[in-house]
Amino acid sequence: MSVDPHEGNRARVTLRLPRMLHANAGGVGSLRVTLTDGGTLGSLLNELARTRPALERKLRDEAGTLRRHVNFYVDGEECRALRGIDTVLRDGGEVRVVPSVAGG
Amino acid sequence: MSVSILLVIGTRKGLWLARGNTGSGEWEVTGPQLPTTEVSAVAVDKRSSPRVLIGAESPHFGPSLLTSDDLGSTWREPERAPVAFPGDTGAALRRVWQIAPASESEPGVVYAGTEPSALFRSEDWGENYELVRGLWHHPHREHWFPGGGGQAVHTVLPDPRDNGRVVVGMSTGGVYRTEDGGASWRPANTGISAQFMPDDEYPEFGQCVHKVARNAVAPDRFYLQNHHGVYRSDDGTDTWESIADGLPCDFGFPIAVDPADPDVVYSFPLVAAENRFPPDGRCRVYRSEDAGRTWNGSARGLPAEGFWSAVMRDALCLDDADPAGVYFGSRSGEVYASFDRGESWSRVAAHLPDVLSLRAAVL
Repeated sequence: MSVDPHEGNRARVTLRLPRMLHANAGGVGSLRVTLTDGGTLGSLLNELARTRPALERKLRDEAGTLRRHVNFYVDGEECRALRGIDTVLRDGGEVRVVPSVAGG
Repeated sequence: MSVSILLVIGTRKGLWLARGNTGSGEWEVTGPQLPTTEVSAVAVDKRSSPRVLIGAESPHFGPSLLTSDDLGSTWREPERAPVAFPGDTGAALRRVWQIAPASESEPGVVYAGTEPSALFRSEDWGENYELVRGLWHHPHREHWFPGGGGQAVHTVLPDPRDNGRVVVGMSTGGVYRTEDGGASWRPANTGISAQFMPDDEYPEFGQCVHKVARNAVAPDRFYLQNHHGVYRSDDGTDTWESIADGLPCDFGFPIAVDPADPDVVYSFPLVAAENRFPPDGRCRVYRSEDAGRTWNGSARGLPAEGFWSAVMRDALCLDDADPAGVYFGSRSGEVYASFDRGESWSRVAAHLPDVLSLRAAVL
């Protein structure tokens, strides 16, 4: 997936998905998403809402809250230890989606 | 005459199907499908080509509503969320608790009851739903609070005679009804106890209603299993009277009425809110044939002792055969069927996860 903003610098980010979400992403395990410079995890999810709604709603609810048992590692650090959905994504950065390992 | 039956079994960890017929008593059970999802609502809509609808919740990836047009062989989940709260509400769907196709006179209309307590309406056979704002904006809403299972509209009963009339049940909150297509709603809890309230046991609203049932033959008659209390209304929910005297106890979750005979009603009693087991650990479905005036417990074919399980509010149902088959699923993963109005039972499935929802239909 690629987005061409009309203006401004761009940040190209790789989104890596667990196997159980591949079907929601059109059968692939990673997506390249292009955001305007200064784009955040929130703007990445907004972009997914526009282009991949079946994937986006697995990651956050309709009020914009991240799914409680889904972790978002931004360049190796879970976003909740950073600035949550306001975490700024860098050009060439990576967001890994990791469901919590729990339950019985 | 033997008829083919499809049982849709929603559990805490996925979906199972059972196919059988009323003659042989043999069932082909298949599953799991949708593993690790909680299937809390199921419906079989036979108003056109049969469509099975389920409300499912992934512990990781949230709730959704799926449909199958091939009797459960394959499932389809829309690209965009079929049930979602509009942005101005600030709310988010936690679970679909009830899926209720409307009457034959409203083809395509399907209702969904949700947690948080809200009603959604679809006009395209359950593909897309819109929030019924009249109930969402009800001034009582801020006073409804969650029961043990969550704050949800768990019962939706469209009126087969009048498309503008719908009754819903919620926990807590109680019974509400609309007569103008959902624009306005009023509580309908006169006579229903809220015994957990320290001051007023019979408030206008706030009851912890567990399930409400009615059939199409007598749409003004309702049965209700309460958080303590079993009731009947003969006046379209205006007033309720207790029908619990003939039962061993008045707590429980499900209640179901025969689709052809409004006097025949089924209950699965539990001892009390603080003791949620069948009396003496005996698995018994109670049946009344006189609208709740008297009850009889049927146990033939059911575990006679050591049954420390329970039946959830949507896990007791009847099919649309004549006479109607009766089915229930337990929290211990058993499913039973009766083809003689609850006189005797046979086991359909065992060792499943907790059964949360169950629907049966003649194929």
